[in-house]
Amino acid sequence: MQNSPSYAIESNDLSIHYGAFTAVKGVNLKIERLKITAIIGPSGCGKSTLLRSFNRMNDFVPGCHATGELLMQGQNLYSKDIDPVEVRRKIGMVFQKPNPFPKSIYENIAWGARINGFKGNMDELVEQSLRSAALWDEVKDKLQESAYALSGGQQQRLCIARTIAIQPEIILMDEPASALDPISTLRIEELMQELKKNYTILIVTHNMQQAARASDYTAMMMIDDQRAGGVIEFDDTKNIFTRPKDKRTEDYVTGRFG
Amino acid sequence: MIRKTFESDIQQVKDEVLALGSMVEHAIIGSVEALKKRDIKAAEKIIAEDKDINKKRFAIENQLMVLIATQQPMAHDLRLLASTMEIISELERMGDYAKGIANINVRMGEEKLLKPLIDIPRMAEIGASMLHRSLTAFVQEDVAAANAIPMEDDEVDALYNQIYRELMIFIIEDPKNIERANWLLWVAHNLERVADRVTNICERTVFIATGEFSEIKSSDDEFWEKQKKNK
Repeated sequence: MQNSPSYAIESNDLSIHYGAFTAVKGVNLKIERLKITAIIGPSGCGKSTLLRSFNRMNDFVPGCHATGELLMQGQNLYSKDIDPVEVRRKIGMVFQKPNPFPKSIYENIAWGARINGFKGNMDELVEQSLRSAALWDEVKDKLQESAYALSGGQQQRLCIARTIAIQPEIILMDEPASALDPISTLRIEELMQELKKNYTILIVTHNMQQAARASDYTAMMMIDDQRAGGVIEFDDTKNIFTRPKDKRTEDYVTGRFG
Repeated sequence: MIRKTFESDIQQVKDEVLALGSMVEHAIIGSVEALKKRDIKAAEKIIAEDKDINKKRFAIENQLMVLIATQQPMAHDLRLLASTMEIISELERMGDYAKGIANINVRMGEEKLLKPLIDIPRMAEIGASMLHRSLTAFVQEDVAAANAIPMEDDEVDALYNQIYRELMIFIIEDPKNIERANWLLWVAHNLERVADRVTNICERTVFIATGEFSEIKSSDDEFWEKQKKNK
């Protein structure tokens, strides 16, 4: 039951079902601590479903349930005595479309921290979080303005700042740059390299170049003939993009998968 | 097919590599032919044509760079394009060896050949044939052929050693022969290098097809290992 300390989280035969339909089947992944792991694969292969299962976000979907194990520090996050809210505190999430709260920049960060019982110096936490998200210099003079006044790229970094404000161990990112322009995208990727000094990152991306540029490990997913998604290859990102072992990975990364 | 344009671009690059290869082949055979006949005009033509070889190499290099920049090749495509970059540089160097032989011919001026050329044209023929087949193996990604061709280096090396011994005898007989013997030794050496570079092309082909970097043992290596053991 114990998972090794070099892994932040690991799944054992993890499957996700929507009612009778199995969307993701038998995933065994060991996510290394303080590294960036990318999940790639064609549309509908279960990447996002798998990612969301890592912080029990799928609990919100009616009929969705998981089988198998998801181990974090030896604990199965799907066991009955685990509080999913606590799981989401330890494992934060950044979504495809920036989704700041309709509040000030300051409150976007302070709010979650306050709810989580943060008792320290809030100004410091806000500044530190914004600095870590490489946003401080751009917003320090307008902390009380609405978060909606920021550009898309800035909003996404604000969402990242909001996530780190509650000090998670793992950050899940679901296509965090797909709604952003190329420069904002590169900025997010650079930020990820900074963040991995303190956080383990799992990212789902459709952009293969992004996975190649930004991640240390890559998991390739594909559906089987029952339309259940699974991880077909997991390796160093370098190997996945230069010498993949599975023909299907080869076809996907070279853009020949129909 | 999803990447139809890219596929046809790749095919075009391969065709260009074959064209470059045949220019080099032609230069190798031609330079030795010209030397055999002491045809200085033909040698000068080969020297001039080396510029075309270099030009073509740069043109292919540019084509490759554009493809890498615009198509973001991955996996097999990436190995192919990166390795082709290496292969065209090998071909260009082989062209330089042919030019070197032509230069020797020009420098010899009115001087007669030390001996009629028999083994040297044979070396050129084998080298050019190995080159030709190595490029076929490259285009077809034929790993078995790519692994087998370097072993034919045997005969090239045997001929080189034979020429070397012969020329030494000429030198020992009469030091006046030194310069003319040296010229031919230089020619033979260039041809020996051609065969070595074919091995590099074959190694690239294996890498493109399999993703494995492997050093193919040429018969050359076996020869030296044997020498070591015999001591």
